[in-house]
Amino acid sequence: MGFADFAFYMFSTVVVVSGLLVVVSKNPVHSVLWLIAAFLSSAGLFVLLGAEFVAMLLIIVYVGAVAVLFLFVVMMLDVDFAELRGELAKFVPLAGLIGVVLLMELALVFGAWQSTENVADLRDAVTPALEDTQNTAALGQLIYTKYIYLFQASGLILLVAMIGAIVLTLRHREDIKRQDILSQIYRDPAEQMELKDVKPGQGL
Amino acid sequence: MEDLLRDYLPILIFLGLAIGLGLVLILAAAVVAVQNPDPEKVSAYECGFNAFDDARMKFDVRFYLVSILFIIFDLEVAFLFPWAVAFKDVGMLGFWSMMVFLAVLTIGFAYEWKKGALEWE
Repeated sequence: MGFADFAFYMFSTVVVVSGLLVVVSKNPVHSVLWLIAAFLSSAGLFVLLGAEFVAMLLIIVYVGAVAVLFLFVVMMLDVDFAELRGELAKFVPLAGLIGVVLLMELALVFGAWQSTENVADLRDAVTPALEDTQNTAALGQLIYTKYIYLFQASGLILLVAMIGAIVLTLRHREDIKRQDILSQIYRDPAEQMELKDVKPGQGL
Repeated sequence: MEDLLRDYLPILIFLGLAIGLGLVLILAAAVVAVQNPDPEKVSAYECGFNAFDDARMKFDVRFYLVSILFIIFDLEVAFLFPWAVAFKDVGMLGFWSMMVFLAVLTIGFAYEWKKGALEWE
């Protein structure tokens, strides 16, 4: 067994175990932490596949941003999780049924899966030759030219997400004083204050 | 492929060392340290008062907005990496497609700036 095989089994064990712990751990914050562990080990699996860029994206985007968002949500929900756990037993049969159905569907799909003989060639024909181009460079040569419409669509989706988040959550409070930097800079001392020469013992 | 994995071997070794060190430190705390539990040790110190609320409380939703906006720009930057690496190969079409992409997101950026979503009261 080579070193890569060893690493594969280590990473996939960690993914499966931490995925299980995401579901079963009592504390939702621990669930998110296990989710981060699962993301990190999947990044390791992607590196083993040779998809370096996807691995780094998984770490930057999922571990760095999405997991933080999940933590926010878990913190923000203000739900009594212990109480929720108590009702969990009611849903176990239904959840188990759905799980079994999904498993059977997967088994059916992979049981009936037949790949053509030249599948490796067909797959290689899409990408630049991976022997002499780096992973990230190969992606870059495809995304911006060959898949330009999908790329622009992803930009538009990001725009919609940005505007949607602002529209949904931004509440402008009127009862507070805000900074207006320009007007603060342009305040003229001559107009704003006056120097008075006060004689001693007289006052204004 | 094998070369690529060989490049990552130091990271794997580092990861193994980090995990090993973490385990050693945790286990050492459990094995070596003097353990003499006492309820007074975990109670509030002298004039401090006991916790009166759960740590799980409602956050302001603006935290959420900030982190969503962060994720969006994070993804935008992630698209820049392959573009920069393959910059010599993508030609004018690739250059301008990225410029249009950035322009679209700049519209969103101008919108959120104008709306005051980046300000904190």
